[in-house]
Amino acid sequence: MEFDKELDARGLNCPLPILRCKKSLAELQPGQILKVVATDPGSVKDFQAFCKQTGHELLSHEAANGEFTFVMKKRA
Amino acid sequence: MAKKLALIASKGTLDWAYPPFILASTAAALDYEVSIFFTFYGLTLLKKDISDLKVSPLGNPAMPMPVPMPNLVQMLPGLESMATMMMKQKIADKGVASIQELREICLESGVKLIACQMTMDLFDFKREEFIDGIEIGGAATFFEFAGESDVNLFI
Repeated sequence: MEFDKELDARGLNCPLPILRCKKSLAELQPGQILKVVATDPGSVKDFQAFCKQTGHELLSHEAANGEFTFVMKKRA
Repeated sequence: MAKKLALIASKGTLDWAYPPFILASTAAALDYEVSIFFTFYGLTLLKKDISDLKVSPLGNPAMPMPVPMPNLVQMLPGLESMATMMMKQKIADKGVASIQELREICLESGVKLIACQMTMDLFDFKREEFIDGIEIGGAATFFEFAGESDVNLFI
Protein backbone atom coordinates (compact mmCIF):
# COMPACT_ATOMS: atom_id res chain seq x y z
CA MET A 1 0.00 0.00 0.00
CA GLU A 2 1.30 3.46 -0.85
CA PHE A 3 1.80 6.04 1.86
CA ASP A 4 2.96 9.63 2.21
CA LYS A 5 4.87 9.25 5.46
CA GLU A 6 6.17 6.41 7.57
CA LEU A 7 6.57 6.41 11.34
CA ASP A 8 8.93 3.95 13.00
CA ALA A 9 7.50 3.40 16.49
CA ARG A 10 9.35 0.12 17.08
CA GLY A 11 10.69 -0.33 20.59
CA LEU A 12 8.39 2.36 22.00
CA ASN A 13 5.94 1.59 24.74
CA CYS A 14 2.50 2.98 25.57
CA PRO A 15 1.56 5.78 25.03
CA LEU A 16 4.50 6.86 22.85
CA PRO A 17 3.36 5.18 19.57
CA ILE A 18 0.06 7.07 19.76
CA LEU A 19 1.73 10.35 20.73
CA ARG A 20 4.28 10.09 17.91
CA CYS A 21 1.51 9.13 15.50
CA LYS A 22 -0.47 12.22 16.46
CA LYS A 23 2.61 14.36 15.77
CA SER A 24 3.20 12.70 12.39
CA LEU A 25 -0.42 13.18 11.35
CA ALA A 26 -0.12 16.88 12.14
CA GLU A 27 2.58 17.12 9.47
CA LEU A 28 0.30 15.63 6.79
CA GLN A 29 -2.45 17.14 4.68
CA PRO A 30 -6.03 15.84 5.01
CA GLY A 31 -6.44 12.66 2.95
CA GLN A 32 -2.76 11.78 3.06
CA ILE A 33 -1.66 8.35 4.24
CA LEU A 34 0.49 7.54 7.29
CA LYS A 35 2.08 4.16 7.88
CA VAL A 36 3.08 3.26 11.42
CA VAL A 37 5.19 0.28 12.45
CA ALA A 38 5.15 -0.62 16.15
CA THR A 39 6.23 -3.51 18.36
CA ASP A 40 4.01 -2.73 21.37
CA PRO A 41 1.28 -5.41 21.40
CA GLY A 42 -1.01 -2.94 23.19
CA SER A 43 -0.85 -0.67 20.16
CA VAL A 44 -3.25 -2.93 18.22
CA LYS A 45 -6.21 -1.98 20.36
CA ASP A 46 -4.89 1.52 20.99
CA PHE A 47 -4.65 2.49 17.32
CA GLN A 48 -8.17 1.27 16.69
CA ALA A 49 -9.39 3.35 19.64
CA PHE A 50 -7.32 6.34 18.51
CA CYS A 51 -8.80 6.28 15.00
CA LYS A 52 -12.33 5.73 16.26
CA GLN A 53 -12.12 8.73 18.55
CA THR A 54 -10.24 11.14 16.31
CA GLY A 55 -11.91 10.34 12.99
CA HIS A 56 -8.74 9.37 11.13
CA GLU A 57 -9.49 6.35 8.98
CA LEU A 58 -7.67 3.13 9.83
CA LEU A 59 -7.24 1.60 6.37
CA SER A 60 -5.45 -1.53 7.52
CA HIS A 61 -3.65 -3.13 10.41
CA GLU A 62 -1.67 -6.32 10.33
CA ALA A 63 0.72 -8.28 12.53
CA ALA A 64 3.80 -10.16 11.34
CA ASN A 65 7.03 -11.21 13.05
CA GLY A 66 6.23 -9.32 16.22
CA GLU A 67 5.63 -6.09 14.34
CA PHE A 68 2.33 -4.31 13.95
CA THR A 69 1.69 -2.19 10.89
CA PHE A 70 -1.05 0.39 10.73
CA VAL A 71 -2.06 2.42 7.71
CA MET A 72 -4.29 5.40 8.30
CA LYS A 73 -5.71 8.24 6.30
CA LYS A 74 -5.76 11.69 7.82
CA ARG A 75 -9.27 13.00 8.38
CA ALA A 76 -10.62 15.82 6.26
CA MET B 1 -17.43 19.75 20.78
CA ALA B 2 -14.22 18.41 22.27
CA LYS B 3 -14.43 16.15 25.29
CA LYS B 4 -12.80 17.39 28.46
CA LEU B 5 -10.59 15.68 31.01
CA ALA B 6 -9.83 17.00 34.49
CA LEU B 7 -7.08 15.42 36.57
CA ILE B 8 -5.78 16.01 40.06
CA ALA B 9 -2.14 14.99 40.48
CA SER B 10 -1.41 14.66 44.18
CA LYS B 11 1.63 12.38 44.30
CA GLY B 12 5.23 13.25 43.53
CA THR B 13 7.12 9.97 43.27
CA LEU B 14 8.60 8.67 40.02
CA ASP B 15 6.05 5.87 39.68
CA TRP B 16 3.03 8.02 40.50
CA ALA B 17 4.20 10.78 38.16
CA TYR B 18 3.31 8.52 35.23
CA PRO B 19 -0.49 8.18 35.38
CA PRO B 20 -1.35 11.90 35.15
CA PHE B 21 1.16 12.63 32.38
CA ILE B 22 0.34 9.48 30.37
CA LEU B 23 -3.40 10.06 30.58
CA ALA B 24 -3.14 13.78 29.88
CA SER B 25 -0.85 13.44 26.86
CA THR B 26 -2.92 10.59 25.41
CA ALA B 27 -6.20 12.41 25.98
CA ALA B 28 -4.75 15.45 24.23
CA ALA B 29 -3.78 13.19 21.29
CA LEU B 30 -7.41 12.06 21.23
CA ASP B 31 -8.48 15.71 20.95
CA TYR B 32 -9.60 16.11 24.55
CA GLU B 33 -9.20 19.45 26.26
CA VAL B 34 -7.12 18.57 29.31
CA SER B 35 -6.39 20.31 32.59
CA ILE B 36 -4.30 18.94 35.45
CA PHE B 37 -4.43 20.42 38.92
CA PHE B 38 -1.16 19.73 40.77
CA THR B 39 -1.53 19.73 44.52
CA PHE B 40 0.47 18.67 47.56
CA TYR B 41 3.31 16.31 46.58
CA GLY B 42 2.07 16.31 43.01
CA LEU B 43 3.09 19.94 42.74
CA THR B 44 6.76 18.93 42.63
CA LEU B 45 6.07 17.48 39.16
CA LEU B 46 5.93 21.05 37.85
CA LYS B 47 9.38 21.98 39.11
CA LYS B 48 12.00 22.89 36.52
CA ASP B 49 14.24 20.01 37.58
CA ILE B 50 12.39 16.71 37.95
CA SER B 51 15.41 14.50 37.32
CA ASP B 52 15.50 13.62 41.04
CA LEU B 53 12.07 11.97 41.27
CA LYS B 54 12.34 8.79 43.33
CA VAL B 55 10.49 5.55 43.84
CA SER B 56 10.54 3.80 47.20
CA PRO B 57 10.04 0.09 47.75
CA LEU B 58 9.42 0.87 51.43
CA GLY B 59 5.78 0.36 52.33
CA ASN B 60 5.17 -0.62 48.71
CA PRO B 61 4.83 -4.43 48.89
CA ALA B 62 3.49 -4.71 45.32
CA MET B 63 6.65 -3.32 43.78
CA PRO B 64 8.44 -6.13 41.92
CA MET B 65 11.91 -6.64 43.40
CA PRO B 66 14.72 -8.88 42.11
CA VAL B 67 14.87 -10.53 45.55
CA PRO B 68 12.30 -10.43 48.36
CA MET B 69 13.29 -7.66 50.75
CA PRO B 70 11.83 -7.04 54.20
CA ASN B 71 10.96 -3.46 55.19
CA LEU B 72 13.77 -3.49 57.71
CA VAL B 73 16.29 -3.87 54.88
CA GLN B 74 14.55 -1.40 52.57
CA MET B 75 15.01 1.38 55.08
CA LEU B 76 18.80 1.16 54.84
CA PRO B 77 20.52 4.23 53.39
CA GLY B 78 20.99 3.99 49.63
CA LEU B 79 18.23 1.44 49.07
CA GLU B 80 15.82 4.05 47.72
CA SER B 81 18.42 5.46 45.34
CA MET B 82 19.21 1.96 44.16
CA ALA B 83 15.55 1.11 43.57
CA THR B 84 15.14 4.39 41.68
CA MET B 85 18.18 3.69 39.52
CA MET B 86 16.88 0.22 38.70
CA MET B 87 13.44 1.58 37.86
CA LYS B 88 14.89 4.26 35.55
CA GLN B 89 17.00 1.63 33.81
CA LYS B 90 13.92 -0.55 33.31
CA ILE B 91 11.96 2.42 31.97
CA ALA B 92 14.67 3.11 29.39
CA ASP B 93 15.09 -0.56 28.45
CA LYS B 94 11.38 -1.05 27.83
CA GLY B 95 10.95 2.01 25.65
CA VAL B 96 8.76 3.76 28.22
CA ALA B 97 8.81 7.54 27.97
CA SER B 98 10.56 9.62 30.61
CA ILE B 99 8.47 11.95 32.76
CA GLN B 100 10.30 14.92 31.24
CA GLU B 101 9.32 13.80 27.74
CA LEU B 102 5.66 13.24 28.66
CA ARG B 103 5.48 16.61 30.39
CA GLU B 104 7.01 18.26 27.34
CA ILE B 105 4.39 16.62 25.09
CA CYS B 106 1.63 17.78 27.45
CA LEU B 107 2.88 21.36 27.19
CA GLU B 108 3.23 21.13 23.39
CA SER B 109 -0.27 19.76 22.99
CA GLY B 110 -1.90 22.47 25.06
CA VAL B 111 -2.62 20.61 28.29
CA LYS B 112 -3.36 23.18 30.97
CA LEU B 113 -1.10 22.69 33.99
CA ILE B 114 -2.36 24.35 37.13
CA ALA B 115 -0.23 24.71 40.27
CA CYS B 116 -2.00 24.78 43.63
CA GLN B 117 -1.37 28.16 45.27
CA MET B 118 -1.99 26.83 48.77
CA THR B 119 0.64 24.08 48.36
CA MET B 120 3.14 26.64 47.10
CA ASP B 121 2.58 28.70 50.24
CA LEU B 122 2.60 25.63 52.49
CA PHE B 123 5.96 24.37 51.31
CA ASP B 124 7.48 27.83 50.66
CA PHE B 125 7.91 27.10 46.95
CA LYS B 126 8.79 30.07 44.78
CA ARG B 127 7.27 30.72 41.35
CA GLU B 128 10.72 30.66 39.74
CA GLU B 129 11.25 27.04 40.85
CA PHE B 130 8.52 25.99 38.40
CA ILE B 131 8.48 25.70 34.62
CA ASP B 132 6.99 28.37 32.38
CA GLY B 133 3.60 27.92 30.83
CA ILE B 134 1.73 26.94 33.98
CA GLU B 135 -1.14 28.65 35.74
CA ILE B 136 -1.57 29.09 39.46
CA GLY B 137 -4.91 28.65 41.14
CA GLY B 138 -6.95 27.15 43.92
CA ALA B 139 -9.76 24.67 44.47
CA ALA B 140 -12.30 26.95 42.81
CA THR B 141 -10.08 27.05 39.70
CA PHE B 142 -10.18 23.26 39.60
CA PHE B 143 -13.97 23.19 39.72
CA GLU B 144 -14.18 25.80 37.00
CA PHE B 145 -13.02 23.19 34.48
CA ALA B 146 -13.84 19.99 36.41
CA GLY B 147 -17.52 20.95 36.52
CA GLU B 148 -17.76 20.87 32.76
CA SER B 149 -15.46 17.88 32.16
CA ASP B 150 -16.49 14.49 30.84
CA VAL B 151 -13.85 12.63 32.85
CA ASN B 152 -12.54 13.55 36.30
CA LEU B 153 -9.78 11.59 38.01
CA PHE B 154 -7.94 11.96 41.29
CA ILE B 155 -4.43 10.52 41.15
